[in-house]
Amino acid sequence: MIDYGKILNTTVTEIKPSGIRKFFDIAETMEDVISLGVGEPDFQTPWRIRKAGINSLERGKTKYSANKGLGVLRVEISRYLERKYNLKYNPDTEILVTVGGSEAIDSAIRAIVNFGDEVIIPQPSYVCYEPITRLAGGVPVIIETKAENDFKVTPEELRNAISDKTKALILPYPCNPTGAVMEKDDLEALYDVIKDTNIIVISDEIYSELTYGDAPHTPVASLECFYDRTITINGFSKAFSMTGWRLGYCCGPKEILDQITKIHQFNIMCAPTTSQYAAIEALRNCDEDVERMHEEYDRRRKLIVNGFNKIGLTCREPKGAFYAFPCIKSTGLTSEEFCERLLREKKVAVVPGTAFGQGGEGFIRASYCYSVEHIIKALKRIEEFVNELNA
Amino acid sequence: MKSELLKLLCRNARYTNEELAVMLGIDEKTIEKTIEELEKDGIIRGYKAVIDWDSLDDAYVSAIVELNVVPKADLGFEEVAEKVMSYHEVESVYLMSGSYDLNVVVKGKTLQDVARFVARELATIDSVTSTTTHFVMRRYKEMDVHLCDMEHDDRGQFLL
Repeated sequence: MIDYGKILNTTVTEIKPSGIRKFFDIAETMEDVISLGVGEPDFQTPWRIRKAGINSLERGKTKYSANKGLGVLRVEISRYLERKYNLKYNPDTEILVTVGGSEAIDSAIRAIVNFGDEVIIPQPSYVCYEPITRLAGGVPVIIETKAENDFKVTPEELRNAISDKTKALILPYPCNPTGAVMEKDDLEALYDVIKDTNIIVISDEIYSELTYGDAPHTPVASLECFYDRTITINGFSKAFSMTGWRLGYCCGPKEILDQITKIHQFNIMCAPTTSQYAAIEALRNCDEDVERMHEEYDRRRKLIVNGFNKIGLTCREPKGAFYAFPCIKSTGLTSEEFCERLLREKKVAVVPGTAFGQGGEGFIRASYCYSVEHIIKALKRIEEFVNELNA
Repeated sequence: MKSELLKLLCRNARYTNEELAVMLGIDEKTIEKTIEELEKDGIIRGYKAVIDWDSLDDAYVSAIVELNVVPKADLGFEEVAEKVMSYHEVESVYLMSGSYDLNVVVKGKTLQDVARFVARELATIDSVTSTTTHFVMRRYKEMDVHLCDMEHDDRGQFLL
């Protein structure tokens, strides 16, 4: 008999499966659940993008592409970033097409981190940064961002997190689950803290198209001071509603990209070719589709934020992504208790803030990737639930 | 703002004024006033439910009837259009470009009802020179709403 406990890689076995898995499993067995639990768009991929994918199949474009991705696509990515954000990358040497933003995050961290290096990760945030850092032999150092700072990283918090082992800083903005964004001033203040170090910034900007309010998204690398120390990660999933196509990209200085490309070359070879052809169409001709979806998200955002505040669950205005992150401390329940009871008693599924790090305690994440009618129905049930708790 | 408001009402006329106000970022009073104005000015002509009659026992039959018409010197197509639209069996009347003139949607309890109506009432109008009737076999989408099946969300309940 093989003792699997002894043969498996201990770094992997020590990574805990998400603590709330059990809670998710309960939900999957229940019927008539109204969910606000999903982190992907409800819109179909715009038809012209799907058509471009289909056309490429019809023309038999089913071979590997170049490791870095189709040249035409890299040129379009470069044009798009310049057109949208005045961000300039050379398509030949500074852009790599990846399997979703996820692969880009993994490969970027692996390209940078040596055993024992520290990676600073702000939380609450998307769940992948910590395990990926560990798998790369790095040591995650968590910054727990605060509601009163709108879940931004402050210079002070950053200063306290830095040691002489710090290799990289992850900036996951616009942020899943908090909806926080870092604006130009916020980023400049962080630069003052790291300017005399060699810390590399890995900026996950997958939600860059989804910001609301006056200021458009500011890519970290669009600030000149950050440019040569930043790896910009983005992708097609959220902006173009293309989650299943698994396509993203990362951009940065040639010296770093050369190394990331090696990792990509050996474990991926190239991103799916069909998706790459579809993505060319997305970047060339879909601004209107993106705008239409953005408008709809914005309406839902206003509705859900207003709804939570009216119920008495304080909800700051999320400035990006597609999640509301209301505070549930007034109910006296923990995040997980709240979510589990809401699910059992009212059949509404939301995600406990603690799924995104301990700093998420006292909050829940409610996605607004759902129709207005669906959101209204869910809010009614949540209101009943909170009223019954208070009764 | 008006066109944004109208788009939302087109999608769902039962949004409350409060919901509309929040989504459009304007106050409720303004919404109320604007809707009143739009109704008074005849921009908003009514509010109706979108119903999948085919799933009910009292389903009805509808047909698209193409009419060829000799227009009157002074009145053009108006006179005949007015005659046609005065029937309660007639759901809509459009003046068309192309190979025929008026497109009339007619509904009735049975195929025979509709056929009889076309033969007796529409075909006999003086200026109508011919009619072609196409019966609707199945309604897939009505006023932007899918009727054939409920849209299914296959995303599961949780995804971080």
